[in-house]
Amino acid sequence: MPSAALIKEFEAVVGKDNVFTSEADRQSYSYDSAVLDAVVPSLVVRPTSTEQLGKVVRLCNENGNPITVRGAGTNLSGGTIPDPREGIVILTNSLNRIIEINEEDLYAVVEPGVVTAKFAAEVAKRGLFYPPDPGSQAVSTLGGNVAENAGGLRGLKYGVTKDYVMGIEFFDVNGGLVKTGSRTVKCVTGYNLAGLMVASEGTLGVFSNIVLKLVPPPQASKAMMAVFDDVNKASEAVAGIIAAHVVPCTLEFMDQATIRYVDDFTKAGLPRDAQAILLIEVDGHPGQVADDAEKVEKVLNKVGATEIKVAKDAAEKFKLWEARRNALPALARAKPTTVLEDATVPRSKIPAMVKAINDIAAKYNISIGTFGHAGDGNLHPTILCDRRDKHEFERVEHAVDEIFDVALSLQGTLSGEHGIGMAKSKWMEKETSKATIEFSRNMKRAIDPKYILNPGKIIGA
Amino acid sequence: MADLTKLAKLLQELDDQMVGCMKCGMCQAVCPVFAETMKEADVTRGKIALLENLAKEMIHDAAGVQEKLNKCLLCGSCGANCPSGVKVMDIFLRARVIVNTYMGLSPVKKAILRGMLTKPALFNALLDLGSKFQGIFTTKVDELLGSSCSKVLSPVIGDRHFVGLAKESLHSKVKALDTPAGKSGKRVAFFPGCLGDKMFVSVAEACLKVFEHHGVGVYMPEGQACCGIPAISSGDRVAYDKLVRINLDLFAKGSFDYLVTPCATCTATIKEIWPKLMEDYPAAMRDQIRTLHDKVMDVNQFVVDVLGVAPEAPAKGGVKVTFHDSCHMKKSLGVTAQPRALINMNPKYELVEMAESDRCCGSGGSFNLSHYDLSRQIGERKRDNILATGAQVVSTGCPACMLQMTDMLSQHGAKVAVKHSIELYADSLR
Ligand SMILES: Cc1cc2nc3c(=O)[nH]c(=O)nc-3n(C[C@H](O)[C@H](O)[C@H](O)COP(=O)(O)OP(=O)(O)OC[C@H]3O[C@@H](n4cnc5c(N)ncnc54)[C@H](O)[C@@H]3O)c2cc1C
Ligand code: SF4
Ligand code: SF4
Ligand code: SF4
Repeated sequence: MPSAALIKEFEAVVGKDNVFTSEADRQSYSYDSAVLDAVVPSLVVRPTSTEQLGKVVRLCNENGNPITVRGAGTNLSGGTIPDPREGIVILTNSLNRIIEINEEDLYAVVEPGVVTAKFAAEVAKRGLFYPPDPGSQAVSTLGGNVAENAGGLRGLKYGVTKDYVMGIEFFDVNGGLVKTGSRTVKCVTGYNLAGLMVASEGTLGVFSNIVLKLVPPPQASKAMMAVFDDVNKASEAVAGIIAAHVVPCTLEFMDQATIRYVDDFTKAGLPRDAQAILLIEVDGHPGQVADDAEKVEKVLNKVGATEIKVAKDAAEKFKLWEARRNALPALARAKPTTVLEDATVPRSKIPAMVKAINDIAAKYNISIGTFGHAGDGNLHPTILCDRRDKHEFERVEHAVDEIFDVALSLQGTLSGEHGIGMAKSKWMEKETSKATIEFSRNMKRAIDPKYILNPGKIIGA
Repeated sequence: MADLTKLAKLLQELDDQMVGCMKCGMCQAVCPVFAETMKEADVTRGKIALLENLAKEMIHDAAGVQEKLNKCLLCGSCGANCPSGVKVMDIFLRARVIVNTYMGLSPVKKAILRGMLTKPALFNALLDLGSKFQGIFTTKVDELLGSSCSKVLSPVIGDRHFVGLAKESLHSKVKALDTPAGKSGKRVAFFPGCLGDKMFVSVAEACLKVFEHHGVGVYMPEGQACCGIPAISSGDRVAYDKLVRINLDLFAKGSFDYLVTPCATCTATIKEIWPKLMEDYPAAMRDQIRTLHDKVMDVNQFVVDVLGVAPEAPAKGGVKVTFHDSCHMKKSLGVTAQPRALINMNPKYELVEMAESDRCCGSGGSFNLSHYDLSRQIGERKRDNILATGAQVVSTGCPACMLQMTDMLSQHGAKVAVKHSIELYADSLR
């Protein structure tokens, strides 16, 4: 626990009610959604204005207390597990104002603690669209999204969070306010520090304001589902759709194991023998949507989908999506512990990846259901286990290692969207190079000499 | 100080259920308490993490965990929305029994829960007396008590504007009933619930009117006890067991097709909590509980699903009424269409939906007494949603919510009447 005097100083900045010292409160900020060991922070501070945020950062640095900024704590890589050396957690959930939604210039300015879905809804009210839609959007914060470069279902056509970040104001370790990017579409004023902040997981600076790009919403959409008796055919379908110059807004994949778990859970009568299901949605102008849907159907028929269902209206579309919506709930219910992985490969390598995952599951005698974003090769092999079973969990760890090995050998990447955090930092050098890690560490040392900004994440200690 | 190792051992029985929580944090989206305090320890994920740590002896401050555990509406929103299907209510109720018993019930609570609630005759007599002297019954009860129904036990508290005890309770008006099935061919056991018996007598009377109209025979025995929710949510297993036994004995004496209540909380308690907590009972009692689990039904559901009442088309042009989905009704029982159907049966009204109709009103029982300010903040969001519809009446299927909404609306000086959906339907008959 920090000294009484330091606690007093924090209280003077944010008020007594916003400094949490009790054991129960501190323990509830010791974990996030990653399956990792918890670390209890020595103090939790909740600024209610960005000005306070800067002062809190400076105080931490002056006293050498490691900082871990926390939004909703839903990241899957241990990015918000605090440092064991008198680590302090800074909460952003009281920095939740939407400062501006500019309908003329199509941007918004937000504080980092704004919840993604609330923001998207406010934007939609004004007839505009903020596309990034991580599965956690009902609770995740925009600051967390930027710091993890969160993706979502719409990644293929609309891109991911980084494609919507126009500018960021952030505090450096000394509490100085750094301004980067702007409200204009074009901006080359200085280094692209906003780009550097994306996916930085709280290790380089603490965001206080974010400028996000907005787009006009699509006017129409059409959803369909295709069933395959062979993963290769599903993959051919994906390639065929892209080759036909159609970019669906979503192109989701579920493997056989996932289909069966979902069917066990929903009793919806899904094709249990199918090797894969694709859920496809195209959007845009009504005319274009009709054209695109026709092209997609053609491709699906050509590659030999065993069944194709096209939703005729919103209600049918909702029903089609039910299977995908239930993928995680069904998998999560099957066993106590759910390890949600994120290995990503070039999309043509999906069949090889799915096969490798199934082989690994058999080799280690564990259950894995794979679903994910087929359009961008971002698969979520989801390992179902019981972390209390030490032997099984050891096998799970080996399996995860092998999944990464395979992903890298297929020229893929460790993480498509869940971040490196603590969970995958030991793999960084393998995907990149020694020089990459050194470069990153040197950069960090220069801007954070005391190494207090979320130490241990991404590039290790 | 309590022996933590012993407490930890007791909590380990919950491990199989707690381990299912994958710490995804999705409960933050729906927890009404979290929405106000924005503190992780107040949301399900935090509470479960703390209980796990207590079970592993990783936390020393058991009283701190107890405080967080009790700062919860038991509204079930988190469980209903949990992607991992964690049985949150099971965990919280059992944990409350373990932790609160371990830390010791306060003498006041013991006196009320065990000394009064478990003795229906005494309880009724005291409250009948209380209704005559309501003005002077002004003891401040800040003590944490069971469910919202516990307000029955403390008629005048602080500056709250809630409905007082009825001048004449149902049990003194009607005493008991045992009538044969009429034209419907059905006979129900009627459990008005404490609030239906002692505060919202008009709700219970509306039920009786509806039964009579449809030719439903009624078995309403004298001496019904509370369903037990205030006791169990305070963690008082002793009083809870007694209450369940009194009711089981009473209903074993009658024959009926359904056990009907106008209180969603009572229905949910009998249907879900009784079977959940029966493993230590003798086999005969477990059988009785299973039977009641199958027979108990919310009154709205009974009238619509069993009696087949259905509106031809939604009524239009009448007094605007909006509907609040009580947590226990929607999230525990899955009843949402039936009360709306009943409202639509009354041509004097027109149903307009409010935003977030299934968001908890903040009543949540003990909660309202122990965390009044928080409860009020949660209730204000409900109130604003009600007011935004411009409705003159707000209807719901749970007397506990009726209390909370009355409090919130009248403090604001809003002229919105609070009615049970069965009252609106009964009003359309004859
Ligand atoms: C059920 C579920 C589904 C998910 N689905 C997806 C998905 O589809 N796509 C996806 O990409 N991810 C997904 N995730 C992962 C996670 O939700 C995202 O990473 C999200 O962006 C995290 O947001 P958060 O507010 O919870 O951030 P947190 O977990 O609180 O923080 C994440 C990181 O951001 C840093 N950070 C937060 N705020 C700031 C700030 N103001 N300044 C600097 N650093 C900051 C933290 O230090 C930490 O390193 C999912 C998670 C769950 C549990
Ligand atoms: S939603 Fe369910 S699984 Fe997720 S953190 Fe909350 S209780 Fe746990
Ligand atoms: S029961 Fe209701 S108040 Fe309690 S944790 Fe769940 S959502 Fe929150
Ligand atoms: S739930 Fe019903 S019976 Fe139980 S205490 Fe409340 S009103 Fe009484």
